[in-house]
Amino acid sequence: MKRAKCIEAMYAELQDKLVVTIMGACAQELYDLGHRPNFFYLEHAMGLASSIGLGLAMNVPDEKVIVLDGDGSVLMNLGTLATLARYRPKNLIHIIFDNGSLLSTGGFPSHTAGEITDIAAIARGAGCPHVADVSTMYEFLDAVGDAFERDDFSVIVAGVEAVGPDHYGMDFKLPENAFEFERYVRSVKRET
Amino acid sequence: MTVSLDNSKAVYQGIKDAGIRYISALPETWLVYLLQLAERDPEMTLVEVAREEEAIGVAAGAYFAGTPNLLLMQNHGFLAAINGIVSLAMLYRLPLCMLIAHRGHFGEPYPWHTQGGIVTEGVLRALNIPFDYARDPLKVGKQIREAHTLSLSSLSPVALLLTRDLMED
Repeated sequence: MKRAKCIEAMYAELQDKLVVTIMGACAQELYDLGHRPNFFYLEHAMGLASSIGLGLAMNVPDEKVIVLDGDGSVLMNLGTLATLARYRPKNLIHIIFDNGSLLSTGGFPSHTAGEITDIAAIARGAGCPHVADVSTMYEFLDAVGDAFERDDFSVIVAGVEAVGPDHYGMDFKLPENAFEFERYVRSVKRET
Repeated sequence: MTVSLDNSKAVYQGIKDAGIRYISALPETWLVYLLQLAERDPEMTLVEVAREEEAIGVAAGAYFAGTPNLLLMQNHGFLAAINGIVSLAMLYRLPLCMLIAHRGHFGEPYPWHTQGGIVTEGVLRALNIPFDYARDPLKVGKQIREAHTLSLSSLSPVALLLTRDLMED
């Protein structure tokens, strides 16, 4: 299963959701499908995408917040899984693409390579209430469907291949992304 | 030495008067009463993180949503959060209002706090983060309000260092 295909398969569902992605391949693959003002690409500060998602979800409780994360980023901030479990924002879906690789920074194997470290087990142990561990597109879409239907905090760990895009680049500056995203978030919050 | 309840109340009142309704924090001794006051206040939401760098992300999310918020942490937590401060808040031009317990400085009896206390001001200067020392319970409310205002107008991190004079009796 490829991450780009996963993101493409759920892209229509992301049209009106608050989406926070991690850096590198994941951000580029979402961007290449078509940028929207409700997408925020965290191009650095590895590990904090889910923390941003928590702050968003708690403060915009009527909107679904989707975090597109990765094994390398989650491993840099494992405490986030415990914090998310403690505050359990019902409107947050935390999708962790696990490619067993630090793909965007040289392709070195991460601790999840060779099934040494099990992020889904860590999430369950941290107290996350609904953790799906998937490796096929059918399972992924099933888990995403359940998470969108569920009125509770959901984690999906998706095993994917260590492949990314053959190009990088976006036609805006990083603060511009933040300004646009902020404006979008505040506009949907005012409507509710 | 005991933590000052009266002055903690003054700090908390300053936080409320500044319009803050969302606090991300990691507990520390000088912040005990502040966090208890926040927990018991139905108007306040308190998020306790596992490590201070998380709070930089949480604060960014709250800011995007337009919720007036600040961070409460010890200076060692500030040191632990630096990559988030630089590569999220500064990189994306997001405001960050940090109230930092300045442990390990003049009067500090505990050796383990001292190295962090000694380097805190230098690190703030190196990061070009505007900061001030809060020493007087009669002035701290205004300082919190002004720190929050500057963070929002400058779209940058601002720090208010809570000193021993203020936090201990």
